Amino acid sequence: MDEPTPHTAASDRRRHSLPVRLTHWINVVALFVLLGSGLQIFNAHPALYWGHTSTFAEPWAAMTAERQGDRWAGFTKVGPIRIETTGLLGLSNGERRGFPAWATLPSYRSLADGRRWHFFFAWVLVANGLIYLAWGLVSGHFRRDLAPRRPELSPRHLWDEIVAHARLRFPKGAAAHGYNSLQKLAYLAVIFVLLPLMVLSGLGMSPGVNAAWPWTFEIFGGRQSARTIHFITASLIVAFVVVHLAMVLASGPLGQIRAMITGRAGPSRLDGDPS
Amino acid sequence: MTSPTPHRRSLLSGLGASLLGLTLAGCDQINRNATVKAGLARAEGLTQAAQRLILSRTALAHEFEPKDISPDFRANGTRNPGEPAYRAMVEAGFANWRLQIDGLVERPLALSLDDLRARPARTQITRHDCVEGWSSIGQWTGARLSALLDEAGLKPQARYIVFHCADRLDPNAAGDRGLYYESIDLVDAFHEQTILAYEMNGQVLPVAHGAPLRLRVERQLGYKHAKYVMRIEAVESFAQIAGGQGGFWEDRGYEWYAGI
Repeated sequence: MDEPTPHTAASDRRRHSLPVRLTHWINVVALFVLLGSGLQIFNAHPALYWGHTSTFAEPWAAMTAERQGDRWAGFTKVGPIRIETTGLLGLSNGERRGFPAWATLPSYRSLADGRRWHFFFAWVLVANGLIYLAWGLVSGHFRRDLAPRRPELSPRHLWDEIVAHARLRFPKGAAAHGYNSLQKLAYLAVIFVLLPLMVLSGLGMSPGVNAAWPWTFEIFGGRQSARTIHFITASLIVAFVVVHLAMVLASGPLGQIRAMITGRAGPSRLDGDPS
Repeated sequence: MTSPTPHRRSLLSGLGASLLGLTLAGCDQINRNATVKAGLARAEGLTQAAQRLILSRTALAHEFEPKDISPDFRANGTRNPGEPAYRAMVEAGFANWRLQIDGLVERPLALSLDDLRARPARTQITRHDCVEGWSSIGQWTGARLSALLDEAGLKPQARYIVFHCADRLDPNAAGDRGLYYESIDLVDAFHEQTILAYEMNGQVLPVAHGAPLRLRVERQLGYKHAKYVMRIEAVESFAQIAGGQGGFWEDRGYEWYAGI
């Protein structure tokens, strides 16, 4: 970071601009609905394949319910690994289903409703994403706040930040004003890799889009590969959200949430107080 | 940070679980709300408009090589209709079966399987995409729907083509609401790959896949590909047919435009 330049207190406390905050919270709602409805859709055929078609006897990953003597049990298979996951995957609440009721939208089985939610909020996600991308380019948000500076990418610096994160030591005061380099890299990966991949692999499963633009399934190596990539990418986004929320919790959740709602950091941050 | 005491932990997890439960109950409640349902359904119009924008009327669904054909093509929906009338047709090898083409047409037709085989045909190897998420590839040979509709002569008011089927997929629904049916618009009806298939993978179409005749409307999901087609009706609107949504699954909440 540059040496801190003299700021007025007001400009120092400015953390997130209005477009970032709005698109962030719309994204929260959209991703929440897309995940729940996506798992509902996945439950209609809880198996994944590579290539153009489903090799029903040999999915590379699947959730199943099988009879074990006098009881039923849920199993999850990923590649050569197969483990019992009764209560969570394959079988939960005495019902044969991939993901359990608490993870799906709606909680009961309804592929039709799941699809309605999914495709409505897919449009929300895309519109919100396009607005954010356009604004990020025009306003200089990407260049100014997200593009890592060269020294930030040195292995030494990255290692120091990894160590600092692992010890849950976060920058305070003026140093907390911008994103650190791990944050920048994580956000860039989500914004420019995972979310676009999510949309592309979704379109790769659409027979209409496939007919108009055959590259949408060809780049993945087939519709079933696109479905698999859609699932894996969604899992990576969930992993990002888990870490993101853990970091919020570890770095003063009230201050962080206030900043994402009001746009301003609390005064305690300026004093170098752990909030 | 100090680690929470067991008491605090159980309190926290209890709070978490009840919040989750509330969210779930709330979601299900919202999901059943008619206004919300209607709002969500509006996305279908947007999706259809967007797809029609990028998808020219003539763009073909990708056609595959014979080596790509699935050895395990799954049969879904009705696999063996139990209706006595249909069983009798199977017994007779569909010798007395006739495809009715009527409704808003100048010349209603009744065509036997031999008649259909004598009409302009097309063979295509395409991917069948089920709404459940799986795909299989098969080769289909059948009569081109566009040629049949030209032969019958559509009246100017005709906007949709409805396919009436022999199978009762929902035995609990009253009257015609339990019968399978589907509908497509004229863009898809006159598409080059839209055929009434009487052969699958070079063999006579098996019962599990819709004998004697199934619709292939590539570029849309599997449930649009009506099996056991008995009658084709040209209509101005499908609002008066069964549940009024244009198809068996459409009457049960699925999209009429199944391009995604």
